[in-house]
Amino acid sequence: MNALETSVLTDGGFTHLYESREHLTHLSVRSLKITYQKKAVLDDVSMDFFRGCITTLIGPSGCGKSSFLSALNRLSNLTPTCGVTGEIELDGKNILADKFSQRELSQKIGMVFQKPNPFPLTIHRNLDLPLKEHGMSCRERRNQKIEAVLREVGLWEEVHDRLHTPALHLSGGQQQRLCIARALVLEPEVLLMDEPCSALDPISSRVVEELIRSLRGRLTVIIVTHNLAQARRIGDFSAFFWTHERVGRLIEFGPTKVIFDSPLHELTKAYVTGISG
Amino acid sequence: MSERLFEMIIWFVAALSFVLIGTLIFDIGRLGTSGLSFDFLTQLPVNSGRAGGILPILTSTLIVLCITLTFTVPLGIACSLWLSEFVERKNAAAQLAKIGLDALAGVPSIVMGLFGHVFFSQFLGFGFSLLSGGLTLSCMALPIFIKTTVEGLTALDSDWRRQAAALGLSKTTLVWNVLLPASSPAIAAGLILALGRATAESAALIFTSGYVDRMPESVFDSGRVLSVHIYDLAMNVTGGDKAAYATALTLTALILLINVFVIWVSEKWLKGGALNL
Repeated sequence: MNALETSVLTDGGFTHLYESREHLTHLSVRSLKITYQKKAVLDDVSMDFFRGCITTLIGPSGCGKSSFLSALNRLSNLTPTCGVTGEIELDGKNILADKFSQRELSQKIGMVFQKPNPFPLTIHRNLDLPLKEHGMSCRERRNQKIEAVLREVGLWEEVHDRLHTPALHLSGGQQQRLCIARALVLEPEVLLMDEPCSALDPISSRVVEELIRSLRGRLTVIIVTHNLAQARRIGDFSAFFWTHERVGRLIEFGPTKVIFDSPLHELTKAYVTGISG
Repeated sequence: MSERLFEMIIWFVAALSFVLIGTLIFDIGRLGTSGLSFDFLTQLPVNSGRAGGILPILTSTLIVLCITLTFTVPLGIACSLWLSEFVERKNAAAQLAKIGLDALAGVPSIVMGLFGHVFFSQFLGFGFSLLSGGLTLSCMALPIFIKTTVEGLTALDSDWRRQAAALGLSKTTLVWNVLLPASSPAIAAGLILALGRATAESAALIFTSGYVDRMPESVFDSGRVLSVHIYDLAMNVTGGDKAAYATALTLTALILLINVFVIWVSEKWLKGGALNL
């Protein structure tokens, strides 16, 4: 679906539609509802994520952004009390359908968590394990892939002589870049990031941010962040969530510039200018 | 002031425990070294153990420990994994199993001995044998081992489980490559506790392994373990004190050796070397 040209009011919020037709929908979400123990935490979310763009999800804590993110790769299935209804389509295929295997999904959609979480293995094995699991049996190819992805995240120079030492000995920022490398090693199309910089010091945070920016154009990146300045710096599109009667809702979605400079909704305006939230 | 006092109490209690264990080891060492020699470890007992050595007793002890290990480790790890990874926390069967394990951990060893005698020796027809003894010790060791291992597994970062799911890693890969190596310190601690208890056990073995001091020829033979030997020398054999102390010293050294070995294996495993699947 190509993007349209005007803005419309959806139920409870605005969706800006786009003046250009250059953005192609990659992941589309329709009427998504997430419940925990049958109580809704996020309701009626419909939005599109565009191929090769970085979309930032902003809003106060507890408004369902992280739940939303983990619904996008069905990670929410790990929580038995969590229910997800609605539609999530990846290139037109509904990923909530059973026939979309978790394995295929995990290859197409990568994920990076808030706290750097390398496995308690060597740097090399952290990257080798997923490759092996996804059927790359040739050791040489795996090693090439590992080198390429470490170069991509700028870690190769720092760690090439200690690939077989524990990953947990790396600094926080290096660990997070390793985690990004691990997410990228399977060559996903979409990368989900849940506040990837919030546990890092400002310098490491800046390095990771640069790295995320470098992924633009190749991957569709969806990133939850509480850092509004960062959301503004790296986002192509932004979505603002807010809690209404204890249920998270999408209030406004559109190009980052519009969301920050000329939001339509009062709540958005108040949040991005720091008056509320 | 109160902080000073608190600190002093801590130091005092810590010193007290060191003094206790120190006195014990010093005493055994002082009275045991004179009787301990290469011959003592490699000869058959003569005159009810007053003279000669403890070779058959040492052999029986090692066989019983091997049997205990063979049954405790795989069963214990499987049960721990089932409890922590494969059932929901509120699962009724798991709850029941946990209550059962807690109750079992508190059962007096003499009761375990009677159970072992009825079940392994009589019902299963193993008679008075090292096998019956080893299996009975396994029943005593399992609850402690499982409890410590489950605690170790549940203490692990749950992010690893989510990350593994996001990468499409199978549960087998997650368990073998991440969770078990990462919890190996806890597994080692559980094993040391359990084996220590098993090695020191005498009451349960009198009913199951018996107390003949001849050399065992197979696991179906009856045999006497070190702690039973100490008990017999100290209580029933006049003039057996010297040999009793030498045996006690051997037993202490054996337990120490087992501890060092278990810690060494777990560290090796933690580094991902021993079980690089």
